[in-house]
Amino acid sequence: MSARVVTITSGKGGVGKTTITANLGVALAMRGQRVVTIDADIGLRNLDVMLGLENRIVYDLVDVVEGRCRLRQALVRDKRLQELYLLPAAQTRDKSALRAEDMVRVCNELRESFDFLLVDSPAGIEQGFRNAVAPADEVLIVTNPEVAAVRDADRVIGLIEAEGKGPARLIINRLKPELVRRGDMLDTEAVLELLAIDLIGIIPEDETVIVAANTGRPVAFTDNSPAGRAFHQIARRLMGEEVPFAPLKEPGFLERLFRWMRFEGEEQQ
Amino acid sequence: MKLLDRLLHRQEPPSGEIARERLRLVLAHDRANISPGLLEVLKDEIIAVISRHVPIDPDGVQVTYTEGPRVNRLVADIPLRTERRARR
Ligand SMILES: Nc1ncnc2c1ncn2[C@@H]1O[C@H](COP(=O)(O)OP(=O)(O)OP(=O)(O)O)[C@@H](O)[C@H]1O
Ligand SMILES: [Mg+2]
Repeated sequence: MSARVVTITSGKGGVGKTTITANLGVALAMRGQRVVTIDADIGLRNLDVMLGLENRIVYDLVDVVEGRCRLRQALVRDKRLQELYLLPAAQTRDKSALRAEDMVRVCNELRESFDFLLVDSPAGIEQGFRNAVAPADEVLIVTNPEVAAVRDADRVIGLIEAEGKGPARLIINRLKPELVRRGDMLDTEAVLELLAIDLIGIIPEDETVIVAANTGRPVAFTDNSPAGRAFHQIARRLMGEEVPFAPLKEPGFLERLFRWMRFEGEEQQ
Repeated sequence: MKLLDRLLHRQEPPSGEIARERLRLVLAHDRANISPGLLEVLKDEIIAVISRHVPIDPDGVQVTYTEGPRVNRLVADIPLRTERRARR
């Protein structure tokens, strides 16, 4: 038994890496997987609050690396699930407190006891990014359907390939079907064609994600939100299941009627 | 008004389409590490070299970078000033 190390990275900041790491951790653990989510964003730790585990942290990743505690002592168990753990980042240190070898060593030590190690990478392409990618068996790249985010994703895809960690798979986050439909947002096909990469999931823009971030209970705990369902689909694909990509939800009849009436109104002006 | 624009194809393409075109160019330049600024430099030097030998129309010169399925190319389009020569 040996865990797969999956690193979630992006290049551009704020596209949803931490949200995705937390939710995939929850979704995989709900599916019976033994999971450790690892916050590699030293100095800007967030995974703890996304998971609602911020009050239970005693030791962190840098404490482990610098020998102040054993690895097991730093793991925070999520009591809501059977086998979901967090290995928190240090908040008061910076990225230089960790080297790529440290991440590889820590992950190797965890491998035998778990099924998935999910590494939440910091934004950027510097040391922190390299630390997060070093232990990876597989890399997921997160982008938003926007020019700047796609451009940065392309840069990261190149770096991952150069590191011999490819081929990476893509997550498109915060897609708005409505905007795509009226032509004001890059569609999935355009992004995939531009980046020449395989897709592992599309997560729609969803207000419940923001509510979940407020409360520390990731949306993947239930599958009654569009984003929650998307996270579970990605989790199943990570577990090797073939899950078809559902087409975008088209607006209903009423919505189309309103739009038509609005259009008519403009014409009369 | 909008309808008229649409009928006359005067309407701008939707912004998603603009994003896609801009990305196509930006990614091509990023990947080849050829910036638009470098293309300008190349253009100026090409104009200088060629016009030493042949009369050209410097304002019409275009140097572009394109990504192809097999090779990526620099394309220099250099209009000659044949008209003026014929008149002479
Ligand atoms: N699908 C979504 N729908 C709505 N909001 C989202 C979605 N995904 C992420 N967000 C919001 O976007 C913000 C940024 O997300 P997150 O912190 O996960 O990004 P990040 O890539 O980890 O950022 P950083 O680069 O700073 O680490 C958060 O406020 C989050 O709630
Ligand atoms: Mg983050």
